[in-house]
Amino acid sequence: MSTSTAAGRKPGAGAPKAATAGGNEAKRAKSVLGGSKYSQKQLWFGALAWVIAIVFVAPYIEMAITALRPKDELTGDGYVPSKFEWANFVDVWDKSTLGDNLKVSLLVAGMSTLLVLVVSLPAAYYTARKRFRGRGVFLMLVLVTQMFQPTSLLVGLYREFYILDLLDSYWALVLVNGAFNLAFSVWILTAYFSAIPVELEEAAMIDGASRLGALRRVTLPLAMPGIVTAVIFTFIAAWNEFTVALVLVTTPDKQPLTVGINSFLGAYRVEWQYLFAGSVVAIVPVVILFAYIEKHVVSGLTAGSVK
Amino acid sequence: MAETAVRRAPSVGTRVKKALAPLPWIGPAVLLIGLVVLWPVVVMVWSSFQRIRRTGIVVGPNGTDNYTKLFDEPDFVAVLWNTVVWVLVVVAVTLVLSLFLAQLFNQHFPGRRFARWAMIVPWAASVFMTAVVFKWMLHETHGVINTLMVDLHLMDAGKDWLGKPSTAMPWMMAVAVFVSLPFTTYTLLAGLQTVPGEVYEAARIDGASTWRTYLSITLPLLKPAILVAVVINLINVFNSFPIIWAMTNGGPGYETATTTVFMYQLKASDIGESAAMSVANFAMIIILVAFFLVVSRGNKETDR
Repeated sequence: MSTSTAAGRKPGAGAPKAATAGGNEAKRAKSVLGGSKYSQKQLWFGALAWVIAIVFVAPYIEMAITALRPKDELTGDGYVPSKFEWANFVDVWDKSTLGDNLKVSLLVAGMSTLLVLVVSLPAAYYTARKRFRGRGVFLMLVLVTQMFQPTSLLVGLYREFYILDLLDSYWALVLVNGAFNLAFSVWILTAYFSAIPVELEEAAMIDGASRLGALRRVTLPLAMPGIVTAVIFTFIAAWNEFTVALVLVTTPDKQPLTVGINSFLGAYRVEWQYLFAGSVVAIVPVVILFAYIEKHVVSGLTAGSVK
Repeated sequence: MAETAVRRAPSVGTRVKKALAPLPWIGPAVLLIGLVVLWPVVVMVWSSFQRIRRTGIVVGPNGTDNYTKLFDEPDFVAVLWNTVVWVLVVVAVTLVLSLFLAQLFNQHFPGRRFARWAMIVPWAASVFMTAVVFKWMLHETHGVINTLMVDLHLMDAGKDWLGKPSTAMPWMMAVAVFVSLPFTTYTLLAGLQTVPGEVYEAARIDGASTWRTYLSITLPLLKPAILVAVVINLINVFNSFPIIWAMTNGGPGYETATTTVFMYQLKASDIGESAAMSVANFAMIIILVAFFLVVSRGNKETDR
């Protein structure tokens, strides 16, 4: 697997940027040949692509519509409610534990992200700069964490945190989300650090900066896009995590939002409008964040498995 | 001075120092992985050979009884079969659809950027919440899918799609495909960007048909991207718990459960047996991925 696809490219190649160059050239060539900006064929392709795009979004539109339905219209069969009940988005927090669940989700996702950063920044920097003994073993270990899913270790994790007396605690979730999202961060950050010439740091040190000063003033700012990607990705992954939280945390007001919504489903009468109001609040911000890092996600998810 | 240092055999002290130098940098990562990824593997395997009370207290060694009990479960074979169908169908359908989608979204058309963004939504959104909205849309009397199909005269009345395994499984597989498509398509799109435009130019001059060009140029060049996408999908789809849990809870009975869901259900009654199921799951994933990699490597050799 040594061809230079985006997936096959080593992280060191400054991964995300160069990828689109070839595509752009082809595009330009086409539009010159076509005369007008788009050919008939391209417009048909576009129409099909747009239909598919709408299919991808449709379930979430239905989610939002349901969240805005007045209670007595949930059982009706109108596609759109007679009026939008914006109060659902206010009431949901009073009439359920979802307010607490939201706080837990913020706390767990925030702490997990911090943990990943603190652990992966030095590891990625060192791995990018030095060829030390055990480097291969370390990278292998990181890859293994990416290949294992917490779900497949569920019983082991449950037993471990039972032994550690950390069941029903945020810390268990922070540790699990931190560990299993470490790999993505390490790949992305190693790629960015490798792409920054060591000479830049040396130059800063000649100018009188200390090693740490050079890191802080030169390297970290240049690696910032990678850091932002790692932060957003980890946050979203921890935010969406469901299975481990379902097993490890049983007290309703200590559960994150995903699990809190699960308990709605168990109710005798499911209050769909509140359930989906909570879901919309959980989904909208992460979709926006994800759109921001979209270009780098594939390389982070696939970098390790190709080498 | 540096030269003499190199020539002289380094003393034990400097060698130890050198070996320990990476520790402050990568130590925390290794510690975290050891604590939260490797230790649970050990605990899981160990637990699968113990008799464990429901309260969590370990009574004592249990030999292979947990495994015997698991394999003797009346539903075990059916659950195993569900898992095989689930993984193979979802991963295969996802790959085929994504190959098509990647090709389509790689075309030049108005608003391509925004159309691609639409695909991000199911990727970024919680899989569990996505499954819940599908459950709602499939509601027998007021789900929008039933309403729509009745209005289009495709059916006379709404169906309880998730009540019967024969219709619940296909719908859940559809949801699993739906949430796997974005990642897979994006991975293939990234692969497509690396195919140099001149190659297509040359093929066109040679008079190769579009289909022929796709089969003999695009697909082979996409192979590394396809491999990675399939491996990651195999792992994700095998472990896909939230979809089934949200939509059917694995029921009625265990009829729509995969081994991952079964493991969770067993946990409530017998943790030792559940651990045995986990170990079996773990082994299956490793075998599955290894098998796939060996098969695809084999093809690669014959390609040359």
